[in-house]
Parts: sequence; structure tokens; C-alpha cells
Amino acid sequence: MQSVHIVSAYDEELNYLSKRIAAMGGHAERMVEQAIAALVNADPGLAQKVIRDDAVLDEGQREIDDKAIIIIAKRQPMATDLREIIGAIRISADLERVGDLGKNVAKRVVAVIDGRQPTSLFRGLEALANLALTQLKEVLDVYASRSVEKIGFVRDRDDQIDAMYTSLFRELLTYMMEDPRNITPCTHLLFCAKNIERIGDHATNIAETIYYIVTGDQMPAERPKGDKTDKISLSGTLPVK
Amino acid sequence: MADRGADDRGVVQAIATRLWNSRWPLAASLVAVLAVYALAGISAYVLLLLALAMLLAAALLPSGATRQSGENGAALEAIGLQRLSGEYLAAAVADPLIIFDRTATIVHANVAAFAAFGGIAPGMSLSLKFRAPEMQALLDSVLSGDVASDVADYTEKLPVERAYRVSASSVGHGTDLYVLVFKDQSEARRIDRMRADFIANASHELRTPLASIAGFIETLRGPARNDPAARDQFLQIMQSQTGRMARLIDDLLSLSRLEMKPYLKPGTKVDLRQTVDSVIDSLGPLARESSVVIERDFAEGPLDVPGDRDELFQVFENLLENACKYGQSGARVVVSIARSGADSEPGIDVTIRDFGPGIPEEHIPRITERFYRVDVETSRTQKGTGLGLSIVKHILTRHNARLSIKSEVGKGAAFSVHLPTH
Repeated sequence: MQSVHIVSAYDEELNYLSKRIAAMGGHAERMVEQAIAALVNADPGLAQKVIRDDAVLDEGQREIDDKAIIIIAKRQPMATDLREIIGAIRISADLERVGDLGKNVAKRVVAVIDGRQPTSLFRGLEALANLALTQLKEVLDVYASRSVEKIGFVRDRDDQIDAMYTSLFRELLTYMMEDPRNITPCTHLLFCAKNIERIGDHATNIAETIYYIVTGDQMPAERPKGDKTDKISLSGTLPVK
Repeated sequence: MADRGADDRGVVQAIATRLWNSRWPLAASLVAVLAVYALAGISAYVLLLLALAMLLAAALLPSGATRQSGENGAALEAIGLQRLSGEYLAAAVADPLIIFDRTATIVHANVAAFAAFGGIAPGMSLSLKFRAPEMQALLDSVLSGDVASDVADYTEKLPVERAYRVSASSVGHGTDLYVLVFKDQSEARRIDRMRADFIANASHELRTPLASIAGFIETLRGPARNDPAARDQFLQIMQSQTGRMARLIDDLLSLSRLEMKPYLKPGTKVDLRQTVDSVIDSLGPLARESSVVIERDFAEGPLDVPGDRDELFQVFENLLENACKYGQSGARVVVSIARSGADSEPGIDVTIRDFGPGIPEEHIPRITERFYRVDVETSRTQKGTGLGLSIVKHILTRHNARLSIKSEVGKGAAFSVHLPTH
């Protein structure tokens, strides 16, 4: 991984930084997982726990920022080390956002579970979340193994996530048009889906940062499309009462 | 008499142990005698006599052997253990086992650990790989030296749900090494989950046909009591509904069986050419029935991938069955096997392509979800359970394989399975 420095404390500081990133990553993964579980199983208790846990990530980000600044000031890092440190700052910011998005999903649990929604909606949301979480997990695994040659999977899955999100968007819209009483819960679910999709995007950002840390180059820029929800319009009239 | 017999047995036993204890000196002297025999050429009789004498001496002469054997055992153990390499010991443990040092860097991981977690290598940081908060806490508590060993429950949700009881402990005195042992608890966890899943998914899906059967029974006993034509029609519907329930239960069982086995046994190879061929043969009748012609387009050379034959058979069976059923209007289905991927990720693609109505774009990402149906009516008439593709997806996840679906409305659909070759 890193070459050994003459001052071993420097190595320790760098290692500490990546260890903190991993811990934050683990926390973020767990939060998102639990937020989705709370939503699918209608469990407000678990949702409350997720909301409380967000503080850990905020704290983690602050700590990494402080540590990184101190290392830069003290050691005047160059090349890989500098990228490593800057990368840590960026990744921790992404992870903190992931935590926020997870927390936001958890906050909506209470509003959604009031009226019982069709199970297929939750199943779709769960599948979307599984994609996003797999993305996050594999990206963080690459952070551990530094095998950036495998990072191509990130783009593939990003496309899958976008396609899935577009499909969910359409389905939710259909439910809303069927019955106006569905609008409140479906809007919340729509935001949940959007949040999960954003989590996937943050994972992709992290992958790009890792690529930069390891190779020193920016990941080749070809991110042509996002989701296609901007083009969706469902024609149809409201049922006349 | 009986006492005497017991006595005799005791003596025989004692002699036997004594012989056993002195097996090394015996063997050595035998070798020596043989050497003398070979060199000096004394007669075979003398040799035999000598050997007998040695045996007798070893068996009957009192010696300190029995007393020594305890000490010998301890000494033997010490020597044996000294020679025992930690690597061999780790390899002999069936559970995933990881040895790591004071900085939580992996020193050694046994085969089971590679099979279970993949992507771990000596020199990698444990705390970067096992990021779950409870694992971080476990590592911290053992590395801080406050406790010699600690236990935590660790669950992984993706790609396949697994639960472990993990124990971490320091090894010996002053070695600065620690060991992490994972005890798989997934089964118990999964049974729980399965029950919950079954209630959530199956009860709803089973209730629909059940309700319709109940409705028809009511009609048959009431208004349609004396109407033979209606009775026959209703019984027909009821039969198809019970058939549907039976298929649903079969599929649910096969899905839960898959979930019981979290990951594949490594080392088995599957010949894709042979597997796909036999799938095509077994679906011959269905293809004829739906008047669909199955065409083959296989690459040359060996087409082996690591995996489980029965499971991959089910994957291709489900995909081909779908192609025949839903692509009926296209009248042909093309099954092709081709090598793919760059050098970094060599693999084999099996593509099953139909020329039916195709799948609308917005459904494609979701058709592997349980009970997701593009068109409820068609699925019912084709005797679909809504589980076929989720079984496919599940099996492929276990094989580290990918399913990609391409379809254009009106032009048919292509399901590609990308299997890594190692």
C-alpha cells in the first residue's frame, strides 16, 4: 500500500486516517441498511435509532478534516500522500452526505407507514437500495484493496440504479394518479427513492476519488446520462368522481 | 476361571503396551540386525532368533517406559507443536480464520476465509475490510489489550445475507499476533427470515387463487348446483388455480433452499455446452407445444466455468422457458454461448434471445423482483409464478455472475448471463 516513511508516526497518522474512513463507511452502510429496513418493516423504533446515529458520521467527518489539516501542516506531504489526505477529506464528505440521506429516509418512515402501501412499492425500493448499497460496499472494498483496475463496475451499476429509479418513479406516479389519497405516502416514497439514488451517486464519487488517489489521474470522464425521469410525463385524466 | 481370564488379558495388555512403548528401540535394533545380516551373512536362523530375543526382552524386562511415557508425551507435544506451522493449523480449521497483527493488518487468512470473504490478502488492513461498527469495536477492544479475547455478532447483508459469531483473541505471549475466527450462524438467521418472508410474500400470492377457489365452491354449492355445464367450467378453473398454488409453493421452496446455502463450494467445474444442451433437450416438448424453434450458436472449444451444475441448469431452464412462453409470437429462440470480457475479467456469455413482443423499458430493471409481473394477465395464462427470474438472479449472485437484459418493444428480448471463468 503505502511506502514506509522515515518518520513512522507519519505512517501511523495516514493509517489512522484511512481507518477512520473505513469506520465511517461501515457506519454509513449500516445506517442506510437500517433506514430501509425500518421503512420496509414499518419500524419507527429502528428509524429513530438511525436518526440518532447520524451524529457519529458528522463527528467522524469533523475529526478527519481536523486530522488531515494537521498532517498537511506538519508533514508537508507530496504526491501519493497528499492525494491520500485530500482524498480522505473528500470521501469523508461524501460519506457524511450518505449518512444524511439515510437519515432523511428514516425520518420519512413515520409518514409512510400511516396508511398501508402496496408491498410491491417497498419491494422496488428495497431492490433499489440493494443496488445502491452493493455499489457503496464494493467501492469501499476497493478503498481497502486499492485494486482500481476493477473500478469499471461502478459505471455499470450506476446505470442500473438510474434505470431502476426511473422505473420506480413511473410506478409511483401511476399510484398517485389512481387515487389522490396515495399522493402523500407516494411523495415520501419518491423522495426516499431519490435519496437512495443519490447514495449511489455518492458511491460513484467515492470511486472516482479512490481512482485519483491510487493512479494520480482523474477517472476518464464519460458520464453521459443520468436518470430519465425528466422525460416522464404520464398522460391520463384523474378519475371523475 | 473368569478371574484368571481377566488376569491373562491384563498381562497381555501390559505386554502390548510395553511393546508399543519400545517400538522405536525395537525398530532400530531390527534395522541394525538386518544390516549385520546383509553385511556379515549370518544365517537366517540366527537372525530369527535374535529378533525373537529382542521382542521378548522388550516385552518382559521391566523398564521405566511406563513411568516415562507421561513425560515423553509432554516432550513429544512440545516438539510436535514447535514443528506445527500456524499456516497448517489455520488450513485445518474449517471456519474462516484470519491472523492479524497489532496494526490490524492481515498476516494470514485460511482457505475458508478466502472462500467466504474474497478480496482479502495478507498486508490488507482488517479494519478497512470489515467496516461494520461492531467489528470495529471488536478489533479495538482486542488490540487495546484490555481483554485477551472478545466476541461479536457480525452480519453481512450483501451480496448474500450472512451472519457470523466472531471471536477475536490474542495468540500466545508477546507474539503480537491475534486471531479472528468466524462461526457461521447464517442458517438459524435465515430460517427466521424465511418465515417472515414467506408470510409476507406467499400469503398474499396464495390467497388470490385460494379466494377464487372458495368463491367457485360457494357458487357450485349454491346457484350452480344443477348446472352441469357451469360445474364443468368451474371445476376446470379450480383445477388450474390449484395447479398454480402448487407451482408457487415449489418455486418458493426452491428459492428458500437457495437462500439456505449462502455460498458455493469452490472447485467444481461446469461444462456449459453440455448443460445448455441438456436444458434445450428437456424443454423440447414445451418448444414444440408453443411452436417455437430453438437455434444454437455455440463457440468452439471448452466452455467450462466454476459453479454448481444443477443450479446453472435451473438458470438456463427458467430463461429458456420464459423465452418459449413469452416470445411465442417470434416463432424462434436463439441460444448462444460466446467468450467475452477483457483479459482482466475473462468470462463466458450465454445469451437467450427471443423475437416476441419484448419488454417495455421501464419494466426491465425490475423484472427480477419477486412477484413482479410485466403483464399480470399474460403471466397468469402462461402459468408463471413471478419467481422464475428472482431464482435466476439469486443463483447468479452466488456465482458472481451478472444478468443483463436488452429489449426493444416489438423486437424481442435478449437475456445474457455473464459467468466469470475463474
